[in-house]
Parts: sequence; C-alpha cells; structure tokens
Amino acid sequence: MKVSTKWLNEYVPVENLDPLELSEKIERTAVEVASTEKLEDGLRKIVVGYTLDVKDHPNSDHLHICQVDIGADEPSQIVCGASNIKAGQKVIVALPNSRIAGNVKIKRGKMRGEVSEGMICALQELGFSESVVPKEYADGIYVLPEDAKPGDPVFPYLGMDETVIDLDITPNRGDLLSMRGAAHEIAAIYDQKVTLPTPKVDEDQTDNVANYVNVSAPKELAAPYMMRIIKNVTVKESPMWLQTRLWNAGIRPLNNVVDVTNYILLDYGQPLHAFDQGKLTGDQIVVRLAKEGEVLTTLDGEKRTLEANDIVITNNDVPVALAGTMGGLDTEIDNNTTTVALESAVFDSHRIRKTSRRENLHSEASMRFERGINLGTVKEALDAAAALIAELGDGQVVAGIASANEIEAQGKNVVTSVAHINKVLGTELSQADVLAIFERLGFIVTVNGEQLNVLVPTRRWDIAIEADLVEEVARIYGYDNLPTTLPAGQTTPGSYTPAQKLIRQAKQTLEATGLNQAISYGLTTTKKATRFALEEALPTELAFPMSSEHTTVRMNLISGLLDDLAYNAARKVNDVALYEQGRVFFRAEGTDRPKEVEHIAGAMTGLVRPSTWNTEKQAVDFYYAKGIVANLLQELGVKDVTYRASKLADMHPGRTAEIYAGETYLGFVGEIHPLTAKEYKLKQRVYVFELDLEKVIELPKEEKVYTPVSKYPSVTRDIALAVASDVTNQQIVDCIKQNGGAFLQDVKLFDLYQGEHITKGSKSLAYTLVYADPSGTLQDDAVNQAFEKVKAKLVETFAADIR
Amino acid sequence: MNLKERLEEIKQKGLEEIRHAQDVKTINDVRVNLLGKKGSITEVLRGMRDLSAEERPKVGSFANTIRDELTQAIAQKNEELEALKLAKRLESETLDVTLPASPVATGTPHVLVQVIDEIEKLFLGMGFQVVDGPEIEEDHYNFEMLNLPPDHPARDMQDTFYITNQLLMRTQTSPVQARTMEVHDFSKGPLKMISPGKVYRRDTDDATHSHQFHQVEGLVIDKNITMGDLKGTLELIAKTVFGQNREIRLRPSYFPFTEPSVEVDVSCFKCGGTGCSVCKGTGWIEVLGAGMVHPNVLKMAGVDPEIYGGFAFGLGPDRFAMLKYGVDDIREFYLNDVRFLQQFSQKG
Repeated sequence: MKVSTKWLNEYVPVENLDPLELSEKIERTAVEVASTEKLEDGLRKIVVGYTLDVKDHPNSDHLHICQVDIGADEPSQIVCGASNIKAGQKVIVALPNSRIAGNVKIKRGKMRGEVSEGMICALQELGFSESVVPKEYADGIYVLPEDAKPGDPVFPYLGMDETVIDLDITPNRGDLLSMRGAAHEIAAIYDQKVTLPTPKVDEDQTDNVANYVNVSAPKELAAPYMMRIIKNVTVKESPMWLQTRLWNAGIRPLNNVVDVTNYILLDYGQPLHAFDQGKLTGDQIVVRLAKEGEVLTTLDGEKRTLEANDIVITNNDVPVALAGTMGGLDTEIDNNTTTVALESAVFDSHRIRKTSRRENLHSEASMRFERGINLGTVKEALDAAAALIAELGDGQVVAGIASANEIEAQGKNVVTSVAHINKVLGTELSQADVLAIFERLGFIVTVNGEQLNVLVPTRRWDIAIEADLVEEVARIYGYDNLPTTLPAGQTTPGSYTPAQKLIRQAKQTLEATGLNQAISYGLTTTKKATRFALEEALPTELAFPMSSEHTTVRMNLISGLLDDLAYNAARKVNDVALYEQGRVFFRAEGTDRPKEVEHIAGAMTGLVRPSTWNTEKQAVDFYYAKGIVANLLQELGVKDVTYRASKLADMHPGRTAEIYAGETYLGFVGEIHPLTAKEYKLKQRVYVFELDLEKVIELPKEEKVYTPVSKYPSVTRDIALAVASDVTNQQIVDCIKQNGGAFLQDVKLFDLYQGEHITKGSKSLAYTLVYADPSGTLQDDAVNQAFEKVKAKLVETFAADIR
Repeated sequence: MNLKERLEEIKQKGLEEIRHAQDVKTINDVRVNLLGKKGSITEVLRGMRDLSAEERPKVGSFANTIRDELTQAIAQKNEELEALKLAKRLESETLDVTLPASPVATGTPHVLVQVIDEIEKLFLGMGFQVVDGPEIEEDHYNFEMLNLPPDHPARDMQDTFYITNQLLMRTQTSPVQARTMEVHDFSKGPLKMISPGKVYRRDTDDATHSHQFHQVEGLVIDKNITMGDLKGTLELIAKTVFGQNREIRLRPSYFPFTEPSVEVDVSCFKCGGTGCSVCKGTGWIEVLGAGMVHPNVLKMAGVDPEIYGGFAFGLGPDRFAMLKYGVDDIREFYLNDVRFLQQFSQKG
C-alpha cells in the first residue's frame, strides 16, 4: 500500500514529521516499510514548457523542431520525437544539465544538425511506471493542464512534491490497505486524533434506484451487497488532484467514473465496481455461483472459463462481472456511458482467493477482499463514491440504495485484564497505562473490576481474541520497552538422544578421515532417486514439481553425491572426497507416506593425496573406501562386520561388497559401474558407500571392557600359501581362526601375489599368526603344534600349497 | 732411568697422545697401548720383580695412580669425542624446516551444519532438547495445527510442494512444535525444544532463493513464560551467532501460529549499526521471526492456554551463514564445490 503523506496529512497531522522517522516508527509499531520516497528526489531542472511552434525536422521523418516557452525571455528550441507533440501544449521540459529518471543527465545538443536545448519528456522519463501512465500518453510525451505556468517546476503539477511511504502489509493488517486505516494507525502511534470527512449524498428524490436495478444475493456469497445509480454522468478525464493521487498509489487513471471507484478503494479500502447501466439488458442483478464452464470476458480482454466456485454478478442470468476480482468487458464504463450502476459489497473471501489464484488475477480489489473489509464503511464508501462521481461527472445520484443482506456492523467485544497483559509481556503496566493505549487505538474500554471489556471498532476486524489485544498493547507500548529476561522455572536437562549422539559421532569420524560434509538436494529425478536404494521401495513424487530436475524425493544419498562430484569435475576439481548424512524416503506399495530413514554415504574419486616432494601420490581405490567404512563402523562400536562380494545395479560387478553386522544388512561399499559414472559425466573411477544409520543405531554395540595388557611376550609364525584364485581372504582367515587353537590372537595378511611367478589360476597369500598366553610364557612346542594343525587344515580345505 | 721415571714418562706421553686423539678409534688404540695386557705400563711393571721389597709397594702404588689418571683421562676424552660425534651427526641431519609439510587430510563439516551446531550447543546448555521431525509432513501438522486452516491467506506466503492433498514437503520446521506439544507430559516439567532441519518451498532457484533450505525452530511452553523471556533468548542467539556486541530490535509481524508476532533484527555486524551495504544502510538486519504461541495452537495440541503459554521462534541457518560469511549465492550451499566447503574448515 503506497501511502501519500499529503493525503494522510488531511486525516492526521504528519506534515511536521521527518518522513524517514515516520517510516521507522511505522516499522517498529505496525508493519514493514518497503520504501520511503520523495517522488521528485533525484530529478532536477525539469520545468513546464509551452510549445509556441512545432515544425517537422527537415532531416528526419519523425523528429520535430519545437519553439518552447520555458518562462525565459527567449523561447528555447527543443527537438522532440514524440508523435503527439503539437503547438499550444503545456509540456514537461528537461532543461540543459537537468537530471531525469535513472540519474540520466540531459545536455544541450544537436540532433541531425538542429540545436536542442534539452528534452520534452514522457512521464516514464520522470520515473513513472508504464502501468500508471494514462493510456493516452503511454507512447508519447505527457501534456500538462492548461493552467500550468511555463518555467515552473513540474513536480507540484504531477503530484511529485511529496513523500510516498510504501507499506508491506502482513495478511492480518488488511485494515492498512486504506488511507483511513493508515491514518488511524499513525494517530495511535503518535497519540493524535484523526479527522475524517463524511460524505454527503445529494439524492435526486424524483427518481429511485428501483427504477433501474433490483439486486439479490445469497448471504454466504455477498453480505452486504449494495448498489446505487448515478445518472446523467459525463465520462471524461479526472481532475489532476485525483489522477495524481491514483498514480502515486500505483493505479493508472482512466476516466472520472473508474478513477473515483479506485480513489474510494484507496480511501476506505472498500472495492467498488461501476457498471454501465445502459449496457445492462435488464434490471435484475443477481449474485450467484458460476455454472461450470460459463464464460466471461473480463476488462483486461481475457476470455475466462468459470468454475462452479466462482462468484459472479449476473444480469438476466448472464455473468457481467467476476465478483471482487474484475468486471466484465461488456458492461464497461466508456465515454458514452451516462448512467452508472455502482456496486459496493463484501464477498466471501475464500472464494475470491480461490478464483484470483486460479486465474492469476490479483487485483487491488481481490487483494482487499482476501484480507478482509471494514463492514462499517461498505455503505459510507458507496455514498462517498456516488457523490464524487456525480460531482466530477456533473450527474445526479438517484435516490435509494438497492441492497441485499444488509447487516448492522458492530464492533467486537474482547475481554482482557491488566494482569494477563503483564503476565504475557513480563511488564508491570498499570491500568492507566493500558487504558491510555486502548484510548490511542480508539478502542472503547469498560472497566469491570479486574476485567477490561474492550470494544474493538469494525475497522480492526483482525482483532478477535485476548492475545490480539496483548499484541496491540505490546506494539504501542513498544517492544524496545519490554524487559529482557530468560525463562525461569523448573530446570530441564539438555542433551542429545543416544541416536542423535551416534549420528553426530559418525559425521565427526568421517570428517576425521578426510571426507568433507556435503548437503545435496533432497528432491531429484525419479531415476536418480531410485537407484542405489538399500531397500525395495517405491519412489515418492511431487504432485506439481517446479522443475524436471527436482520431482522425486531421494531414496539414496549416493546419487546426490555423484551430482556433487560431477559439479566439481565440471570445474576441474578432480580429487574429491565427500560424505552426506541425511534422510532417504522409502514408500511401501499401497501407501502415500514414505518412511524416513537416516543414512550416511560417501563418494570419493581421484587422489586421496597428491604426490608431493616427499611422498608418493595415493589414489582412491576400493580398499581405501573400505578402510573409511571399516573405521567408521569400528568407531561406532559395530560388532561382527563382514564384507560379502555382491553384484548390485549401477555398481562394478567385481568391486562391490555388501556390509553386514552379523546377519544385519547395513549397506554397501564399492566402485560405481563405469556406465553409470558416465551418465553422471564422471570420467574417473568413483568409490562410494552408503549405510543405513538407523540399523546401526539399533545394533547391539561393542561394550567398552578393560582387559589387562598381557605381561607375557607374544609369538609369531608366518605362513605363505598358494591357493586357487577364487578362494577369498575371508575364507582363509575364517579357517585359520577356527583351527588356530586357544592361543591364536590375531591373523594379519602381509602379502598377496598374483602373477607370472605362480601357476595360472592361483595366488599366493602370506599371513602372520600371532599367539599369546595371557597367563604365562608360551612354550614353542605349544605354538608349533597349533601352527601345524592350521597348516594341515588349510591344505585340506583349500588344497593349499604351503610354501 | 728408573721405573718411576719411566712410568712418569709413559704418563706424560700417554696424556699427550690422549689429548691429540681425534676419534674414538685412536683413543681406543691409546688405551690398549698404555693399559692393555701388552701395554707399556704392564711392561714396566714386569720390571718390578727386580726391585727391593721396600721399593716395590711404592712403585706399585705409583703405577696404580698413573694407571688411574690415564684411565680417567681416556674416559674423559672418550666422552668429549662421543659428544663431538653426536654433534656432527645432528649437524649433518639438519632439515630445511621451511619445506612443505606432509599433508594430513581431514574433512570439514558443512557450514550450515556448523551454524546449526552452534545454536544446538547454546540451547542444550539452556536445557533444551533437540527434536527431529519428519521432512514429509501432513497438511494437518504443517498448516492446520499451526492455525493455518485451508484457504488461509498466509498460506500464500509459503508455496508448497504437495505430494497428495494431505501430504507435502514441510515448508517450515514449525510442525515439530505441534507434534512435540501433543506428546509432551507437562506434569514432568516445561517443554523446551529446538528442531533443526530441511524445509522445502516452491521457489525457482536463484542467488537468493532455494527450493530447499534449513530452519531451526524453537519452542518453550511453561506456566509463566513472558515475551521478555523471548526477547532475552533472542538476544542470546544474536550474540552467540553474530558476536557479543550485537543488539536486537523487535518489529511487529504476522505468523498465524504466534500472537503477538515479531520480526527480529540484529544490529549490523559489519558496520555496527551506522549503515553499510550489508544492512542496506539501515543499521539493522532481519534475521528471524518469533512470537508468543497462539492460544489456538496450544488448544489444538491439547494444551490448556489458560494455564500454559510460551514462545516460539524460527530462524534460517542459510540466511545466517550468508550474512555471517558474506556468501552471496544460496545455491553454493547445495552444490558442494569442495573449494567452497573447505573454506569453512577453521574449527576455532
């Protein structure tokens, strides 16, 4: 809402206030201020000119050479390209060395050989938005009223000599979408009184509205619905005072009738609509719901197909207006209109909202209907508009109001107490303090013991409950004046849950091992969402996605990390190690709502460490990725972890392992399949892992127990064996452990060989077996015996060739 | 020359040789030559048998003195030489300490998580719980329980990704308020919680808009919570995140689930309030929204507004991080360029 401070000053004295200070006050007490602008600021040396003579430029097909009286002794010669320039016009002249909109400097110059002492301007060149410039002047220069005096600054003529404060209205403060509402608010802030004019309608008693229209409306659609008739109207341009008020508020002046409806809308916040009564085909005005598929061409020329929830105004059962949103083209006010049917009503806000959203038709009217209307001024606004139309159009207001669902508008009574206000705010206000604040707001209070009965006027329909009154007191009292305390009362322990702790520990562990935390998008494509999933589940898709890249809720974290890797690769960052911790969403057949599961995943590519002057480079490989996972699981206390070779979609068939804790499937680690990597535009090998953290949370954990460090030395034995290539390390280690005897403490692989020095189809592995007896020094014999047993078992089990 | 004189001569010569010795090997040779089984002292002592019984102990004692002196001199020299040798070795081992360090790779927590962690720590210390809520929410919790019935104009403020008519990507972390209030046992004490997490809105991604961002919701419900308590809590957040010298101001605002509702500005941390490009000349930066919990919200969650009341606030870690570190494109947070992520590695 653009509030003209000159207009405001007619209702409440603000002329002595610094506009910026006023804005600051409004911001701290009422609503945000989007801008505070003196309209002429930044413009300089722009005056009224009078075109004495206009000739065609000899060297141009569109330029004119004008002799312009700018109030100086001699006329100035100005070259002008506008097609609507004529002799005898009062025009806007930007003098040499003037500044026009956008801080553009105008200089004396020559145009195709002819001297030009400045520029004749269009309103747009003074910073007017296209949307407010009167249509007549949209494509040319603006012509000022005849009484403008050459040489005078143009700003007062154009209403630019004032400050406009643009209020950013929150949905609850619809009352501030009117000058009168704003005046009440400013008056409350500054403890002033408002002076509001009340309209006087001079009715033609010889005629009656019933001779023109008959209205009917269901209560749930429009209450009240009123109409007046103004006859013998001459439609013409509005006077400048009215035009400037409209364009300063962001509304384009059109003609005196439509302009008055907009002016009253700004003044009272009451949307009005003017029909050309002469274009109505009958006298029955009926408000009803649209029939599905009914068609109405609105004022903007759009042919709109209506739906059953739209409210329409009909005449002889034909829609003539989309209620509260936009009028119909067929009954539009034009230059030939003589009789105006003027509507003032309150329509059902929910329906208006639905219609305006669907049609993407957010008009000044619909915006107000959605936020609420002052029921106390529906009729007053109608009267004010009718009187002003009659005045500006030289017509007469016909006696009477055609109406339906007239209601007695009453203020609301809300009960509160000083004690309650102080309890909520933490203040120590006295009853006098509170009463003074309500007085400033114009609320009438009846004190009844402790109880305050507050009568809230209809203009503040946003106030309905006690909490609303508390807010009114708080903001007028000033939030700055509230005490600053902390919640007292019973203390509560603050700590993470065990699950939250484990999740945070997992993140820290991965960071300690060199992975950077990423946060990727939770919404992705269905294809990316569904691959790498740890569970069989259905994707969850948005009903109306905004972009084809974000249609589906993710079911894995790896896909997002691959996008991140691709983003890095596209920027020539090739050595990347990322992890992400977040939710994935698995939906079961026959349900809408997916379950949300906490996962953790990593993706690594390129080098772990570049070669430096003293170290060899190290590339990411399967075992590096496995090491990251193994370390993570160990830090989280997961027991009995095994890795099982597996073939998963999108993964390298020979370089992927499923990870189990006992028989619980936790996730997988491995290399991305080269074809999948290619889909993500990744050229390097990529290693990934993904784990279901909630499964990890549920697992029984390794207890932290202390066992004394053995005082006795351990004994080692090395064994090298050749086995068939497909025998796995896990199988051998399991065999050694199962047959190693009581003293075997550990088995470590220290060498692996496959190559030309060994029979094709087999490989050589070498292990160190560590034996110890915590209760005494181990005897060689005992170790040898155990070792021989293991050897024999290996030979027997794997046909191993012990070397 | 008598034996005594010879011994004296051996001693002098020996000390001379010891003094001149340059390495451990030489000194060892000297020791063998002087004190060894075939050494010169032993040889001299062999001539003792020609001495008288009276002379013998005197010469013997003298010889022992000399042997001790020489032994001690050798030991001393040995120590000196060892020290010298060590000094030389250490000298030879000198490194250019200015050569680059061997790399130790550690990862960095995401900057948004760092901001959230900071806030979590503050509130854990104040006895709050951290509550996680679902990212896919029911319309019921995301809107209706927060006093936003269908067709409420404030729903326009939050364009929503719907999945079905009743299911949506949560547009705010506020539904966690409603969920937590519903299950909280007030007989066990007040409810003090924060809830950080991802939220989603129908927005086209650009430098200042993202269809995915984060929020941290805060809620305190007890019997005697005041708006002054809210103000004090907000001031703590501002000081913790933006620095001890920050001030806050509250401005009236509107959220359907709080009444009164306020927008909270923090004094500009760049200019301190005098006006600069960060605060667009106002000296203040809008950082969060808050208010006293609306009685309807309490009622709907089964909490009696006649007895209980409290405050709620919601803040945006994305906005906090952008302001604090001067990040000018919100998309940076979700594209994960490693060079971006690693800039926030400083732990202190």
